[in-house]
Amino acid sequence: MNKPRAAGRTVGGLRPLALQAPAVTLLFLWMIVPLAMTVWFSLQRYNLLMPTMTGFAGLENYEYLFTDPALWKSMLNTLLLVGWVLVITVVGGTLLAVLFQQEFFGRGIARVLVISPFFVMPTVSALVWKNLMMHPANGIFAWIAELFGAQPVDWFSSLPLTSIVMIVAWQWLPFALLILLTAIQSLDEDQVEAARMDGAGPISIFFFITLPHLRRAISVVIMIEMIFLLTVFAEIFVTTSGGPGLATTNLAYLIYIRALLDFDVGMASAGGVVAIILANIVAIFLVRLVAKNLED
Amino acid sequence: MNPSTLKRFAIGLLAWVIAFIIFFPIFWMVLTGFKTEVEAVSDPSLIFTPTLDSYAEVQQRADYFKFAWNSVIVSFGSTLLALIIAIPSAYSMAFLPTKRTKGTLLWMLSTKMLPPVGVLVPIYLLFRDTGLLDTCTGLVIVYTLMNLPIVVWMLYTFFKDLPKDILEAGRMDGASTLQEVLYLLMPLTLPGIASTGLLSVILSWNEAFWSLNLTTSQAAPLTAYIASFSSPEGLFWAKLSAASTMAIAPILVFGWLTQKQMVRGLTFGAVK
Repeated sequence: MNKPRAAGRTVGGLRPLALQAPAVTLLFLWMIVPLAMTVWFSLQRYNLLMPTMTGFAGLENYEYLFTDPALWKSMLNTLLLVGWVLVITVVGGTLLAVLFQQEFFGRGIARVLVISPFFVMPTVSALVWKNLMMHPANGIFAWIAELFGAQPVDWFSSLPLTSIVMIVAWQWLPFALLILLTAIQSLDEDQVEAARMDGAGPISIFFFITLPHLRRAISVVIMIEMIFLLTVFAEIFVTTSGGPGLATTNLAYLIYIRALLDFDVGMASAGGVVAIILANIVAIFLVRLVAKNLED
Repeated sequence: MNPSTLKRFAIGLLAWVIAFIIFFPIFWMVLTGFKTEVEAVSDPSLIFTPTLDSYAEVQQRADYFKFAWNSVIVSFGSTLLALIIAIPSAYSMAFLPTKRTKGTLLWMLSTKMLPPVGVLVPIYLLFRDTGLLDTCTGLVIVYTLMNLPIVVWMLYTFFKDLPKDILEAGRMDGASTLQEVLYLLMPLTLPGIASTGLLSVILSWNEAFWSLNLTTSQAAPLTAYIASFSSPEGLFWAKLSAASTMAIAPILVFGWLTQKQMVRGLTFGAVK
């Protein structure tokens, strides 16, 4: 491979090491110090409200955590949220990429409009959706429902998780579209033309030419979105605060509640360890997928 | 009209309708910011006398510019720092690859999968004990480390695509590594570095987990500014909309102008 060249430019492999050292060291510290502390705290009795109750707790925190129905509920919510948003954005993004690839009047402006939500900060989009769109009395959706004589839906109390999925999907659909639209532009027009000559309809062209061409781009979209979706926080923080009940509490929000609202550092840390393990299980699959796709 | 013009018209119409629906919440937010509070909660209407009252009142309640300035410092500061740390690293990975390069890159990306919430407690306590809580310095540190893996990846992708012959020619002419970086690498990769920086700025500007948990007042950026409008003020929609418009306007315009450059970096070069 490139090895001889590399060796020629270095003294005993020292140069690449020195150049990479700052980034690698910092990232390693950033990863290992908090991680070690989290694991340590998770084995302690450590509640800021009960300063006298300290000491080694062993696996007590984990015992509480795993017998707490909130944990399972929040894990399920995390997976549902990630899963649904991924399905909506990848399927929607692919279809929209095909649509916005067509020639039409004002295409440039329409594209800019459609990708805009990606640049909106999560706190803003959550607040705008919560009040201006989904408010049961004065929101746009309620107004539309009344226009058709229907009963307005009280989104956050009757369909809480669906509402969160809608908001998050609205933010990430433009991202998927942006990436897939770029990818679709490198599609070989001659190939499409040849297929058309052979009598292929638009649907078979989509499934047999466009979709395979987008495979790499789709895997990149899934990977990046997964990183961000596993830790959705602000959208829940400003809309439902995890409720009603635990209906919209994901793992990130559960740990936040335990740590900063209940001041139970030990319990929150145990939750943190569980979140890290869950993320790593997902990561193992993802890294494989990406590593495979990045090799030409 | 012949069938093909008709078809094109239908496609255009469909695309515009979808674009309008997706953009609508932003459009409506901007519009509501120019209404009075009464108009904001009454039946939706496009006809009203625009007023700047909400902007004035929001500004009275909390100084927008202080939050905006924090956002600017934190996002540009962390981006600059991340670039300085990442450029040498990405350079060596792209031009002096070893057996371990691929593994290092994947490991870096995997640190990004560590959910921030998993390490919230220790970071919070560390920051409390070192006095970094509610400071711009603290946020800059967190954002730098948060974006570092993505920045290294993107730069690596751009560096790797450079024609190696040019660098080789430079070396033949006796350029030192520093000269090579300054006179050959930098000019050639400036577009790549720029788009990496752009993405890092946008990610930092919109980051809401650490900023909500690690700041209270002094260093609070715009994400926290907006969150402060969440519950008690929930019914003052015109003010909320005015504040939201101000919070997203800079980065939205920034994003519009730079979206093309961003895409390639975002996909780690996997999408051409």
